[in-house]
Amino acid sequence: MSPATKSKNPVSPKDRMKIPRQLMPEQPAQERAHNFEEVNLGYSAELAQQEARRCLECAKPTCTDNCPVGIDVKKFVEFIVAGDFAGAAAKIREANVLPAITGRVCPQEDQCEGKCLLSKKVKPLGIGYLERFVADYEQKMGTHVVPMVAPTGKRVAVVGSGPSGLTVAGDLIQKGHKVRVFEALHEIGGVLVYGIPEFRLPKQIVREQIDYMREMGVEFETDVVVGRTVTIDELLEEEGYDAVFIGTGAGLPQFMNIPGEHLNGVYSANEFLTRINLMKAYKFPVYDEPMLDLKGRDVAVIGGGNTALDAIRSALRLGARKAYVIYRRSDAEMPARAEEVHHARQEGIDFQMLTAPVEFLSDGKGWLTAARCVRMELGEPDASGRRRPAPIQGSEFDVPLSVAVIAIGTSANPIVQSTTPGLGTNKRGYIQASEETQRTTRKGVFAGGDIVTGSATVILAMGAGRRAANSIHEYLTTGHW
Amino acid sequence: MFKIVHAEFLAPGIKRFVIEAPRIARKQKPGQFVILRIYEEGERIPVTIENSCPERGTINIVVQAAGKTTHLLNSLETGESILDVVGPLGKPSDIRNYGTVVVVGGGVGTAMAYPTAAALKQAGNRVISIVGARNQGLVILENEMRAVSDALMITTDDGSYADKGFVTDKLRQLIENGTRIDLVIAVGPIVMMKAVSEMTRKENIHTVVSLNPIMIDGTGMCGGCRVLIDGKSEFACVDGPEFDAHKVDFSVLVQRNTMYRDAEQRSLAEYQHSKPAEGKCAVTAPQGVRP
Repeated sequence: MSPATKSKNPVSPKDRMKIPRQLMPEQPAQERAHNFEEVNLGYSAELAQQEARRCLECAKPTCTDNCPVGIDVKKFVEFIVAGDFAGAAAKIREANVLPAITGRVCPQEDQCEGKCLLSKKVKPLGIGYLERFVADYEQKMGTHVVPMVAPTGKRVAVVGSGPSGLTVAGDLIQKGHKVRVFEALHEIGGVLVYGIPEFRLPKQIVREQIDYMREMGVEFETDVVVGRTVTIDELLEEEGYDAVFIGTGAGLPQFMNIPGEHLNGVYSANEFLTRINLMKAYKFPVYDEPMLDLKGRDVAVIGGGNTALDAIRSALRLGARKAYVIYRRSDAEMPARAEEVHHARQEGIDFQMLTAPVEFLSDGKGWLTAARCVRMELGEPDASGRRRPAPIQGSEFDVPLSVAVIAIGTSANPIVQSTTPGLGTNKRGYIQASEETQRTTRKGVFAGGDIVTGSATVILAMGAGRRAANSIHEYLTTGHW
Repeated sequence: MFKIVHAEFLAPGIKRFVIEAPRIARKQKPGQFVILRIYEEGERIPVTIENSCPERGTINIVVQAAGKTTHLLNSLETGESILDVVGPLGKPSDIRNYGTVVVVGGGVGTAMAYPTAAALKQAGNRVISIVGARNQGLVILENEMRAVSDALMITTDDGSYADKGFVTDKLRQLIENGTRIDLVIAVGPIVMMKAVSEMTRKENIHTVVSLNPIMIDGTGMCGGCRVLIDGKSEFACVDGPEFDAHKVDFSVLVQRNTMYRDAEQRSLAEYQHSKPAEGKCAVTAPQGVRP
């Protein structure tokens, strides 16, 4: 605790450790496994304040250092302790334009909470839960304010309306620049609307955040595939934008290139989730987009990331009889958020760890009937630092399946790169951008998020967006490149 | 919203729409397509662009009624709007002077073949066009195709117009007559493209087909449009839609296109059952149109 400031916390630092981490109220697992309603119900004000009182108010808070957008955690938690929830929200908004979203989807255990001093002895402070609480409070009470800033006369085009693009737009509009966001799909939000399911991130939350951006003056144009409908050069030269930010996100799904991957019933996670989340195929025939009926069927997802869990938990909610996660490494290497893995286990997802498919089997008429799998064992660490899995000879077995969803990652979408001369890319086809400034090899063009790093998280994309917004602002005000 | 400034039937069940879409009109090149969604609960479907007028800011699309969405689309009239139109998507046709090019259009595929034929002619090629349809009523864009072709041949399955037979009969004649063919481009039903491909493979004639697999976003995100090309997964929306015909696994394409047949039939049946018998919204399933 910093001796310089007087703590508003009524609980002595010693006693704070005695308060247990306040549990997040959630829908019972048996119930929620059959609906798309949100799993976590959110803290009440009482729970939030009790949790906030656990904060040790470190002199050098490591939570903030470990936040990709640098939220002043200690300060906003202090506001909660004092009962000033609107103040807490305003504090978060200084660093984060999408708190209701990050409060729900950030891997806090790897970031702020992972470095929380409390976690050395007891459970870390529920920073994500608190962030979500204040963001929801702000929305419910309508306390958010639309900042008034003097216009600079500069115009910025943002390509893609996912987490990085929205962050750039939100930050730059507050610095007085005019911002227009171009989105390829018919809805704003990118992966927040096509990828992350309702039960983890209600679309209403995304819409509210976007409405707030509109109120601040951000313009959105849907149905524009930059690179096809208009090029980066045309935006700069003909449409008069002073800078462009490229945040086109995750690209084409990767496949395993094993026999049977083209069978009917084998989906990429992107397609499977897009049909459900964006196109509402589970409401067919009220919505026209179809998907295979999963009721009473056995479904597996291949992969161990958040996308994999989103897909299989969606399948369960659509009536799957058995729902498997097939992952070639072990629990320890799973990239998914800890809370999602925990929730998925509660809901009855069957985790087949150290297992990999080698072939998809068919009924002879083009439809999937099973995945032939092998068990794996872990060897020496590979380039990613994770232990490399290797198949165990003679361990083949078949998992009967009607639907398999492949969620093993994505590769770079080539559209912008191939239509923008002089835009440097790396070996894997992603856009080259400075890690500090997000500048690309083209003057006035910045990039960030998955199109630079490959598949990552919402908050890392937002961190890149924040850095990009700062350097775009600098470029627009100084003219220096 | 994208306004329909003109709508007309080219044949029973095949309708041309002139749509206000200035951005797309400026950029559209032969071989590309759009994806559209008619209303909030609607699905996204890929649709052929016939051509565009950058000055007026309009594109022409040609739609054949097959399922619910295309039937619904074909019930729209001048002055109505389409909620979303996005494009132009896919790589444009590779237009160069090849020498002699045979352009084969089957059914509504002729609308996709037409701008490519026109561009190839413009590029100095000798263009021989073969247009096939089930019957006389379904022959579309005859005059347009004639205007951009050095020779135009027409076949109908039932012989009700021009020559009875299939487009492959005409292609075989050309080959047997010793016509030098540098490139064949075929756009139409999968069975037709497959038959053309098998014929030209034997003759070692480079052949390009335009594939129309199931597609959702069309922008290189979902991977639903994957096709098997030379044993590898490629994506029609960003790698295509045109591919080297001799590398395409047509049987996988046919099989994957049947994935939602039950749902599609149910949608169409419910739509036709619910539609008003008379009036503006009524959709008459034109006779002689294959579902």
